[in-house]
Amino acid sequence: MVARAGAVTRDALLAVLDQVMDPEVPVLSVRELGIVRDVEVDDAGAVIVTVTPTYSGCPAIRVIEQDILAALASAGVSDARVRTTYTPAWTTDWIAPEARAKLKAYGIAPPARTEPSDLVQLLRRRAAVQCPYCDSFDTELRSEFGSTACKAVCWCRSCRQPFEEFKAI
Amino acid sequence: MTSAVSPSVVPAPAPKPNALVEYLLRLGDDRLVLGHRLSEWCGHGPILEEDIALANVALDLLGQATMLLRLAGEVEGQGRNEDALAYFREAIEFRNCQLAELPNGDFAFTIARQFLFDVHAVVTLDALSSSTHAELAAIAAKSLKEAKYHVRHSGEWMLKLGDGTAESHRRVQTAVDELWRFTGELFAADDVDRAMQEAGIAPDLTPLRERWLSLVREVMDQATLTLPNDVPRLPNARGGRTGAHTEYLGHLLAEMQIVARSHPGATW
Repeated sequence: MVARAGAVTRDALLAVLDQVMDPEVPVLSVRELGIVRDVEVDDAGAVIVTVTPTYSGCPAIRVIEQDILAALASAGVSDARVRTTYTPAWTTDWIAPEARAKLKAYGIAPPARTEPSDLVQLLRRRAAVQCPYCDSFDTELRSEFGSTACKAVCWCRSCRQPFEEFKAI
Repeated sequence: MTSAVSPSVVPAPAPKPNALVEYLLRLGDDRLVLGHRLSEWCGHGPILEEDIALANVALDLLGQATMLLRLAGEVEGQGRNEDALAYFREAIEFRNCQLAELPNGDFAFTIARQFLFDVHAVVTLDALSSSTHAELAAIAAKSLKEAKYHVRHSGEWMLKLGDGTAESHRRVQTAVDELWRFTGELFAADDVDRAMQEAGIAPDLTPLRERWLSLVREVMDQATLTLPNDVPRLPNARGGRTGAHTEYLGHLLAEMQIVARSHPGATW
């Protein structure tokens, strides 16, 4: 139990949210992914968690909201709400180095840093993605669309292993 | 006689209370309808990567439509949410451009339609990112990130098909030729567009078309394709923007709406 209503601290709430994992990338918490933007307690004592969706059509966002409320409820916070914001727009730049290391260990190449780009930029040259299995840079992009909206499909010519890359956005 | 007219009977400026709702429906319906069309490729893509790609783009468009239609419902203030707007309106109440509702045709037709739409999306969303309407600006900035990789996908396919084999070139050129007349509607400004422009909510469509055309031309040239030289006729009634649709929309909606209408209020 975090605390009785009224005595709940922000740090305690954040610690609860640290335990809520992303349903599609279960090695990262919703805080590590930058989905949770803020948590506060309003004047009536209700906990308000502000989230932002990764992709507009991410089907996991409803599950994430339910998981957040369930985690808070099991920590003794029953009066909680999830608020959605679209600004600032979610970016993979919010994923910290430690979280990037967890992604790599899980077999997903972490996202590159985002760069400003033209509106229509075809056949762009981009830095080679490092294979999360053998660390080779001799890799190629197979498709920008993978098993979930946030991942691209790559191929390692060195270890001949297909792997996923977290798209920089 | 004007001096005899008291202020109380001077006609007020034409009220435009619904212009913003109309405008949001146009943006939202484009994405809802095109997203549904693209989803028809699911399980039928020419290769697995494309099956997944088209389904992913469809999902992004449905997500964008959700945000836009939700906002339209809130501005309208009649208690309609995004689901009510998606599932319980008739075809004449839809405000999508006709381009979005056309049947998928072959892969080249789907790609060409997507390319023309995606370029329109990036220039429109880029402009809307600095809209005076804060919520719309936020939705646009978020959607623009997705539209940029959508156009990279459809644009690179334009290059592959246009500069590919004689057969792929023929197919994609035919598709562009057939689709071209539907692009006029995207830039034909009416009272709704002018009201939005005056309020700083939406951009002027004339320079927007120039920007669109130069980006389309650049890719078409690289793809060794010929830009149709006929000027797209601007439909008098603005086609889909005022509810005048092709016969294809009704069939699409019948499939999209049947479950929600057969089981209203159902949850699972």
